[in-house]
Amino acid sequence: MANYSTNEFRPGLKVMLDGDPCSILENELVKPGKGQAFNRVKLRNLKTARVMEKTFKSGESVEAADVMDTDMQYLYNDGDFWCFMEPDTFEQHQATENAVGDALQWLSEQDICVVTLYNGAPLSVTPPNHVELEIVETDPGLRGDTAQGGNKPAKLSTGAVVKVPLFLDEGEIIRVDTRTGEYQGRVSSK
Amino acid sequence: MTDWQPGIGLDRLRQRSRVLAELRGFFQQRNLLEVDVPVLSTTSVTDRNIESIATVSGSYLQTSPEYFMKRLLAAGSGDIFCLGKAFRSGEAGIRHNPEFTLLEWYRCGWDEHQLMAELGELIATLLPAVAINKYSYAELFAKYFNIDPHQAELSSLQKLAVEAGSSAWSDDSRANCLDLLFSVVIEPQLSDGLVLVYDYPACQAALASCYSDAQGRRVSRRFEAFLNRVELANGYFELTDGQEQAARFAEDQQARKIAGKTEMVADQRLLAALESGLPECSGVALGVDRLLMQIEGATSLDQVMPFSWDRC
Repeated sequence: MANYSTNEFRPGLKVMLDGDPCSILENELVKPGKGQAFNRVKLRNLKTARVMEKTFKSGESVEAADVMDTDMQYLYNDGDFWCFMEPDTFEQHQATENAVGDALQWLSEQDICVVTLYNGAPLSVTPPNHVELEIVETDPGLRGDTAQGGNKPAKLSTGAVVKVPLFLDEGEIIRVDTRTGEYQGRVSSK
Repeated sequence: MTDWQPGIGLDRLRQRSRVLAELRGFFQQRNLLEVDVPVLSTTSVTDRNIESIATVSGSYLQTSPEYFMKRLLAAGSGDIFCLGKAFRSGEAGIRHNPEFTLLEWYRCGWDEHQLMAELGELIATLLPAVAINKYSYAELFAKYFNIDPHQAELSSLQKLAVEAGSSAWSDDSRANCLDLLFSVVIEPQLSDGLVLVYDYPACQAALASCYSDAQGRRVSRRFEAFLNRVELANGYFELTDGQEQAARFAEDQQARKIAGKTEMVADQRLLAALESGLPECSGVALGVDRLLMQIEGATSLDQVMPFSWDRC
C-alpha cells in the first residue's frame, strides 16, 4: 500500500493509524519561527467514528488506508445484513448493522447512499443528505396554527423521530436533512 | 475562473493600509530611520529549520532583512526599521504564507527588556485595551510541566515530547522537544493579549547572545511575543561576536547536512560586518499579517491578505 507524506495531507485523505483506517478532517502546519515544522491533524477513526488529534513531524509519512467511497443503492435488509448494490456493475455488498450505524434510521429501499469500503467490505454508510419520508405517528395536527412557532415529535416510516411544526399530520411526506436530523419542509399531503 | 479576485474586501484592504501607515508613523515619531534593504541576495540563512527560496539564477529571496540591517548597523546607521517582504519556502497554512510582510527594528544600546517594552507600546497603539504579560521561558515550563527546561535531562524532555506529540520525538534533540512542548502544550494555554517570553534555552539562541541567569543557568537573550496565543515576534539582544556567529553557522550547516537539507553558504559579508564591529543592540522581527489577523479578529492569514498563496 502507498504512503502519504504530511505535505500531501488534506481533508478527506484516508490513512492507517494504530491499525485502524482514519479520515483526515483538518491538517494544520505548525512551525515555530526558528523551530522544526510539524502538523497537527484531526482525524476520524472510520471504525469507531471517534475524532482524535495527532501530531506528526513534517515530512513523516503514514500508510494509506485501502478505503474507498462508492455510491451504492440500498436494496433490502434480510434480517442480518443490509444489502447495497453498485449501480454500474450490479455488484452487491452486505453491510453489518455496525457499518450501517446511524444511517439505519433514514434508509428507504432504492436510496443512493455513500458506502465506504475498507479492504473491499462496507465499513460505514452515509445516507443521502436529504430524504423524503412519511410521518407514521404524531399528535393530531393543529389546523390554522401555521404561523405560530413550536413543534412536536413525529415518527417517520424509517423509524427516525424528528421535530416537526404543529400543523403536520400523520400520512404527510416531509423532507429532512439527515446530517442534522432537522425538518426542512412539507413535500405533499396525502 | 474567479480566483483572479482578491481574497479580501475593500474594508480590509483599507484597514491593512491604515495599519502599515500607523506602524511607519510609530517609528518615524521615535526617530528610527526607515531602510528598504534587498529581498534578493547571493546568499541566505543557514538556519536548520528555515528554507530559502532560490531563483533559477542561483540567488535567494531573503527570509528576513536581518543580515542587511546588521550590515547597516555595523556601518553606523543608528536605530533603524524595515517594513517589507520576506520569503520562506514550503510554509503555507492558516498562519503561514510563503511570502509575508515583516516589520523588523533595531535599537542601539538597548537590551532585550527595553525592546520588549517598546514592542508592548507598539501593540498598545494598535490594540489600546491589550493586556501585556511577561514570563521567563523557565517559569512557563515550571508551571505547565514542573521541570527546568534548561537543566532537565534530554531523556525526560523526550519522554514528555512523546506524550505530547508521538514516538517520532523519542530520539529527538533538546531544541526540537522543547519547541514541540511549547507549541502544543504551553502556547494554547497562554492568556489573551500580548505575552512576552524571554530567556530562551541556549540551544535555541539563534542570533542572540547568551548569559548565565540568576540561577547560574546558561540561557539565551532571545524573546518571543505571542498575541492571543499566536506567535507574533522574535527578538534578541544581538550576538556581536563574529567568531561565535561563524561557529553557530558551521553548526547549522552540519545539522543541515545530517538532515539531508540543501547546503547553504554562510554569509561572509555579515560575518565581516560583525568582525568590523556591530554596536550593542537589540532587534525584533514581527509578522505584520499575523498582527492584522489579531486586529481584525480573523482566524486565518488569507482573511487579511489581498492575495494569499492560493491566489498567487
